[in-house]
Amino acid sequence: MKAIRFTGLILFLFSLGLFLSSFFMSTLTLTEETFNSIVKSEHQETLKPVLSETFGNQYSTSIPFVKEINRAVEEVNAQAKTNQEWDKVIYDDYAGSLARASAEGFVPENKLLFFILIYVVGAIGSLMFILPQVKLNGPPGIKNNHIFHHALNNKGWMGILTGALLIGFYILLYFFPAYITNWIIIVDPLQKLINPSATSSQWFLYGFLYTFAVLVMGVRMLIKYRHSKYQIFRTISVMFFQLAFAFLIPEILVRLNQPYFDFKNMWPLDYDFFDAWHINTLTSSGGVGIFMFAWGITLFVVGVPLFVYFFGKRWYCSWVCGCGGLAETAGDPFRQLSDKSLKAWQIERYLVHGVLVFAVIMTIGVLYTFITGSNTIMGLDTYTYLRKPYGFAIGSIFSGVVGTGFYPLMGNRVWCRFGCPLAAYLGLVQRFKSKFRITTNGGQCISCGNCSTYCEMGIDVRWYAQRGQNIIRSSCVGCGVCSSVCPRGVLNLENRDEDGRFNQPILLGNDSFTVSK
Amino acid sequence: MQRIVIIGNGIAGITAARHIRKHSDDEITVISGETDHFFSRTALMYIYMGHMKYENTKPYEDWFWKKNRINLKRAWVEFIDFEKKQLHLQNSDHIEYDKLLLATGSKSNMFGWPGQDLKGVQGLYSYQDLELMEENTQGINNAVIIGGGLIGVEMAEMLHSRGIPVTFLIREKHFWDNMLPQEEAILIDKHLSKHGIDLRQETELEEILDDGSGKVKGIKTKSGETIDCQFVGLTVGVHPNIDLVKESKIETDRGILVDEYLQTNIPDVYAAGDCVQMKEPMPHRRAIEAVWYAGRMMGETVALTLAGKKTKYQPGIWFNSAKFFDIEYQNYGIVLPQCPEDSSAFYWESQDAEKCIKIIYKKDSLEVQGVNIFGIRNRHEVWDKWLREKRTLDYIIANLPEANFDPEFFKHWEGEIQEKFNEEFPDKKVGVRRKGLLEKILG
Repeated sequence: MKAIRFTGLILFLFSLGLFLSSFFMSTLTLTEETFNSIVKSEHQETLKPVLSETFGNQYSTSIPFVKEINRAVEEVNAQAKTNQEWDKVIYDDYAGSLARASAEGFVPENKLLFFILIYVVGAIGSLMFILPQVKLNGPPGIKNNHIFHHALNNKGWMGILTGALLIGFYILLYFFPAYITNWIIIVDPLQKLINPSATSSQWFLYGFLYTFAVLVMGVRMLIKYRHSKYQIFRTISVMFFQLAFAFLIPEILVRLNQPYFDFKNMWPLDYDFFDAWHINTLTSSGGVGIFMFAWGITLFVVGVPLFVYFFGKRWYCSWVCGCGGLAETAGDPFRQLSDKSLKAWQIERYLVHGVLVFAVIMTIGVLYTFITGSNTIMGLDTYTYLRKPYGFAIGSIFSGVVGTGFYPLMGNRVWCRFGCPLAAYLGLVQRFKSKFRITTNGGQCISCGNCSTYCEMGIDVRWYAQRGQNIIRSSCVGCGVCSSVCPRGVLNLENRDEDGRFNQPILLGNDSFTVSK
Repeated sequence: MQRIVIIGNGIAGITAARHIRKHSDDEITVISGETDHFFSRTALMYIYMGHMKYENTKPYEDWFWKKNRINLKRAWVEFIDFEKKQLHLQNSDHIEYDKLLLATGSKSNMFGWPGQDLKGVQGLYSYQDLELMEENTQGINNAVIIGGGLIGVEMAEMLHSRGIPVTFLIREKHFWDNMLPQEEAILIDKHLSKHGIDLRQETELEEILDDGSGKVKGIKTKSGETIDCQFVGLTVGVHPNIDLVKESKIETDRGILVDEYLQTNIPDVYAAGDCVQMKEPMPHRRAIEAVWYAGRMMGETVALTLAGKKTKYQPGIWFNSAKFFDIEYQNYGIVLPQCPEDSSAFYWESQDAEKCIKIIYKKDSLEVQGVNIFGIRNRHEVWDKWLREKRTLDYIIANLPEANFDPEFFKHWEGEIQEKFNEEFPDKKVGVRRKGLLEKILG
């Protein structure tokens, strides 16, 4: 068994190593034909003179190649701006498309092989590492031994290294996708399998890696919590929604010439839902598009209040949502790292509600522009001052780079807790109008702290439990791990009558006096 | 404003301090030699096992004490001058008090076995014990635990988490059978074996063997068998820690004797928690109740008295809980290891021997006295109500699903339990819980 795990680890590290080194495993040569076929005709005239000297040059990695293209585009743009020829400024990302078309050699010629060696072997290796835990880790039950002794789980060198890799990956993905052309090429065989007429993009790569992580680490989660049906069903649910709703269905829709649409995503998490291009795409795509538009609005207008009233925000955050799905699977090894201090809670409330307000204002601005056709409100451009900063600061940096990159340093719900505007909205409903609560079982709490330690949302669960109070917090995503790790059966997630969530007399088992909240 | 001084920052002392602050503006000082801050003693095992860090076991952040004007003093008290109302600390400081609360906790029992002072032999109660255990178990191959109680099984789980093989010697026939009825005790025996614990029933310690350098090298049992080990855990119970007051005018027996107001024989001196022995224990209750919950409740109650609102200590229906490796245990009401003459027991156990319920009821009236539940979570509130209302066995069995506190989607066992009841009490048949639609689909 241990040998299987060891072999699995070696295979996984091999795949990870190959993935990282494949970054360097192609050469790039820009030819005039490629240039002519990729660059729009109106740009060819200005761009060709500054790029033509590179035609035929072979670059050993994407780095000098992309730099060269970007230098040329900047040069053209600088010239156009000095001449005030605004129509000649190039906004297209030619670095990515040219790099993609100019890549040759090992990776592009063997993309299927690379795909198998990285992802198939990687998955096999990971599962060989994970599955033997069924036997090795003893009978079903809570398996938290040595979490705080481990360099990965307790911000040791492995945690810091993992965090650094994740942060680096997100920065490349969001801001420098042209450099990771090889990685994008490698997932092309899968893209072609799902939709033969499509070519893989940075977002396909991301969606695939994301789903891959959710599924593989979902298996780990299933094994770790196999004594708890709540955890099993919940984990299967997030794995299903990620694979089907977030990854496959949108791709299949595109194959069927329908708009790309994730039926479980919703505004304000899906912050470009009301972008003009998105509304136009949906409304110009016939009945299906109109349905998608109506569905998206119904979800957050009716779905959120209704389902949160009956089940709490968990119906979304820890059963359906993609961000939640990643946090609950790949992020599970880091849940104990979320900050439980009162200070962190104060920061959280300002931040997460601040982002919600920002999202609402941004959307109003974008809709104002869409409806009136005017780009400015009180002289301020809605794109420059609202939509663009939101996309950059919240959409990319907060949810991606910080939200996931910092898993191994700040816990697995950094985004959900401090940044997600949808979580804030769901949370407001949960706090004020819901049947959901975590019930505390009378006076049985022994203040051990497992619940607080393993709360990924940084809720100090024990604070309430040791007083015999129910836990009703807007941030609670209902993952149920506090209940799972409680050694005394004190905590239970319940949907019960609204009366009695707060202000009930508290049973502490002491008749000397009576207390209430 | 009076000066209230509390010795001991465990659950009893700290709960008292917090509740005094709720009810008064008195000056509160808590003295402890063990740690700077209150931590959960019940969580010591989880630090060793790596489930938590010491910081995680502190129920309140460090700023809490200053904000609530509770002075914390890290010191050991040397002796108490009750005449002058003065505490003498080991560093020769003095602290004066108007009212004093003793919450000094317990100490591990040591029965004078030969070799019990060797290096590598210890109990587990304090934070210092945990540090010692960390040191004593570095690089060892085998461990022996003496005494089948709660701390013993925790120690077994701790060592097991480090891959150290454990031989567990218990004097009795089964695990913890001075507290548990036999059926439940056997269920835990089986569970321990499943986890690879080498449980030796009816085995007593003769002596602990010295390797020649003052360290333990093994133990010898009364039957003459020797077992090699480099660590011996002595977990044969605890006793009230009364070292500080044993030689003083305070009345003590096994613990510090207190009346129903938790007051000692000396005016303005009170005691709470593990160190207490009730002069007149309530019916069916022990004079010394060294459990977390009693400590908390005594702290809550004595705080009122100290803050000027004289209040009797009246714990409600008895309850307790524990966890044995993966099996959770809850108890409400009185379940004695030997069923009393006038009572009888209803017992159900699951096929896999991981879950069971034992309900003690009066033979004549069927009035329920108490319950032990293993592997199924039940509602404290519901059982508390049933026991107060003196409900009968058939009523409780019929309504058992109401008490269920297991997480959603967990298998419900109440149907099976009700069926067993109906077999045993054909003239009292109750309705059997039917499965919900979702349960059938997911089942």
